[in-house]
Amino acid sequence: MDFKEKSIISIRDLNQESLREIIKVSSDVKKGKYKNFLRKKVIATLFFEPSTRTRLSFESAAKQMGAEVIGFAGADYTSVKKGETLGDTIRTVSGYCNVIVIRHPVEGSSRYASEVATVPVINAGDGANQHPTQTFLDLFTMSEYFSDFKNLRVGFLGDLKFGRTVHSLAYALSLFGSTIWLISPEILRMPEFLVDELRINGSSVREIDNLELVDEPLDVLYVTRIQKERFGDFQEYMRVAGSYRITRDVVESLGKDIKIMHPLPRVDEIDPEVDEMENAIYFHQAHNGIPVRQAILGMVLDVIP
Amino acid sequence: MKTYKVYAIKDGTVIDHVPATKALKVIDILGLENEGILTIGIGFSSEKMGRKDIIKIENKYLEKEETDKISLIAPLATINIIKNGKLVEKRKIELPDEYINIVKCPNPNCITSKEHVISRFKVINRTPLILRCHYCERIITEDEVEIL
Repeated sequence: MDFKEKSIISIRDLNQESLREIIKVSSDVKKGKYKNFLRKKVIATLFFEPSTRTRLSFESAAKQMGAEVIGFAGADYTSVKKGETLGDTIRTVSGYCNVIVIRHPVEGSSRYASEVATVPVINAGDGANQHPTQTFLDLFTMSEYFSDFKNLRVGFLGDLKFGRTVHSLAYALSLFGSTIWLISPEILRMPEFLVDELRINGSSVREIDNLELVDEPLDVLYVTRIQKERFGDFQEYMRVAGSYRITRDVVESLGKDIKIMHPLPRVDEIDPEVDEMENAIYFHQAHNGIPVRQAILGMVLDVIP
Repeated sequence: MKTYKVYAIKDGTVIDHVPATKALKVIDILGLENEGILTIGIGFSSEKMGRKDIIKIENKYLEKEETDKISLIAPLATINIIKNGKLVEKRKIELPDEYINIVKCPNPNCITSKEHVISRFKVINRTPLILRCHYCERIITEDEVEIL
């Protein structure tokens, strides 16, 4: 796939080959193959809702390669507050920059932005829908430990119903035919149509409600946060959340080679004592946001061949 | 001899077997309001459907891609192309690949529900019907389809 001047909106726009290309370029960027390749480029980061790591990661990624960064975090002080439509904001900002990075609470906002913008748009999260660069950095991190995604066995643990990160990564892995274990309480199961999609793409998918029911060694356990507000009853939340907590003992029971990943922020679903274990790669995963986002910016701006 | 309640046209398109009272909606979807002379029959008797509507569009030959847009509200409609008083083509409706400005997205947090953005749905599966919103990527099934 030619990424030149293309917007990056949804994992569904990509295939196995284009994901491999992103991983390859990210790896080259991380090794230092390209220097200062974003100089004289202006990156606009339009964050209509709060985000810490995604915004900082994009801005740091861009600045490290010589770009200028403009934009806002929170729409309170912009003309959006005066009633400007998203379309008008995007049309205007298009004239000020070479690429737009957008985070917006409304689903489909990034797709729409890409249709009215005159520069490429990168989706940094549109409501509960998509967050493709998170998926790229997750895949890239996995690629540093495992060369073959087809034989990869990945468990997803926690809130599989609302988590866009999980939906998107599971979809991407299904394009490679990875084996997927979905481990969640009944009320937080992955939506059925998404599970169907994973199977259609070629993954073997098992849905269970307890980590102990996994009957093969996993390569990766991808942990997500179970949010209090999804439960009507606080007692029920405490009971469920407690049973999905990852401790040193749980990690050891999963085998010495398993990698523990998490999109962060973490609350208490992974015990801090796990951080010191070699299995814990979630901070390394977060740091990979830099080379992966540099790669994506370089590819859509056509400054990386 | 069969008597016609709406007169025959010499050139144009006849859309028959439209569900009763849906004719105006069909005209709206096909954007025919300002496309010359239309004859509309509402609530005719029909052996096949009980009651039906008929639309005759003079001097305009509708293409398949256009008429497939009405598949959600008039799936059993038949399209007759008349040239020089003769029926030259008769076809049924098929599902298109995409519905533009026809289906309402049920997601209240979709950009099409928040701003003046034209709705677009891709047909993912034909039977059973499954559509996906081009913007928020929500999947909807036939019983959730709401026509705009």
